[in-house]
Amino acid sequence: MTSATIIALPDATDRALIVATQSGLPLVPRPYHELAERLGISATEVMERLTRMQQNGIIRRIGLVPNHYALGYTFNGMTVWDVPDERIHILGPRLGALPFVSHCYRRPRYLPDWPYNLFAMVHGRSRAETDAQVEEIAHLLGADNRGHAVLYSTRILKKTGLRLGNRGD
Amino acid sequence: MHRTRHTETLELGTLERQLLNDFQHHLPLTPTPYADIAAKLGTSEEAVLAALHELQGAGAVSRVGAVFRTHRVGASTLAAMAVPPERLEEVAALVSGYDAVNHNYEREHRINLWFVATAADEKQLTQVLDDIEQRSGIAVMALPMLEDFHIDLGFELKWT
Repeated sequence: MTSATIIALPDATDRALIVATQSGLPLVPRPYHELAERLGISATEVMERLTRMQQNGIIRRIGLVPNHYALGYTFNGMTVWDVPDERIHILGPRLGALPFVSHCYRRPRYLPDWPYNLFAMVHGRSRAETDAQVEEIAHLLGADNRGHAVLYSTRILKKTGLRLGNRGD
Repeated sequence: MHRTRHTETLELGTLERQLLNDFQHHLPLTPTPYADIAAKLGTSEEAVLAALHELQGAGAVSRVGAVFRTHRVGASTLAAMAVPPERLEEVAALVSGYDAVNHNYEREHRINLWFVATAADEKQLTQVLDDIEQRSGIAVMALPMLEDFHIDLGFELKWT
């Protein structure tokens, strides 16, 4: 379904480590040692596995995960754009580098209902701020913008983190 | 960037802001990561740990840890449905009822229900989407990620 290259899939120990860290690292002086003890492996192995998963893209980043809502970023807009397929490799990375864009993906069109192939999630502290961000993207795309829409979320109906443990694997 | 006046939801101290700005990435993968952060910021390990507890307790930080690429540890897709307004509550509850659905949003558009479904593999994922379609009688538009263009520099927070 996705064209992403899978370099290495997490093995059983990686998965155990993912499950052990998904609610966060322990806030103690030696957090990797504490994880190591829970998993029955060495702290060196914990750090090596986390490093490797970061290198092969299973882990995007390790750090503080801000809660945008609590920090006042209560407006999130899913902006969707219809851009020429042959230009998307130039345009996508430009949108993806904007500081207020948190996700930027190419997705399939569903014609005629859904002509948009480029998605960029924007976040602001007011509707005016997100509207200005949409303007900035439209300006950046120029004539390559053949149509766009902004879908503000009106309600979060469900939101849970990735839960590998629920799958029974 | 466009600046807008707003009411700060949380009052954060200098150390808390530094941690939020500078450590969304690259938490040291060393035996004592918090002491190493403290050394970089010219403060103590105790102060860093206290600030992280504070940020987590106040809800400003949902956790300190790894952010996984969901599509690399299973199969997942964004999906959307055009639900008639009078059926929205019912269909939203039906969709949220699946363990495979981890995000579900109502959005302002004719196509108004947007969710992310994740399963162990493509086959199970297709089954979930087919099942939702059959039970609701409404077409599900699967919009899997084809390419990721995001250059993840961490989300820039503004303090104005």
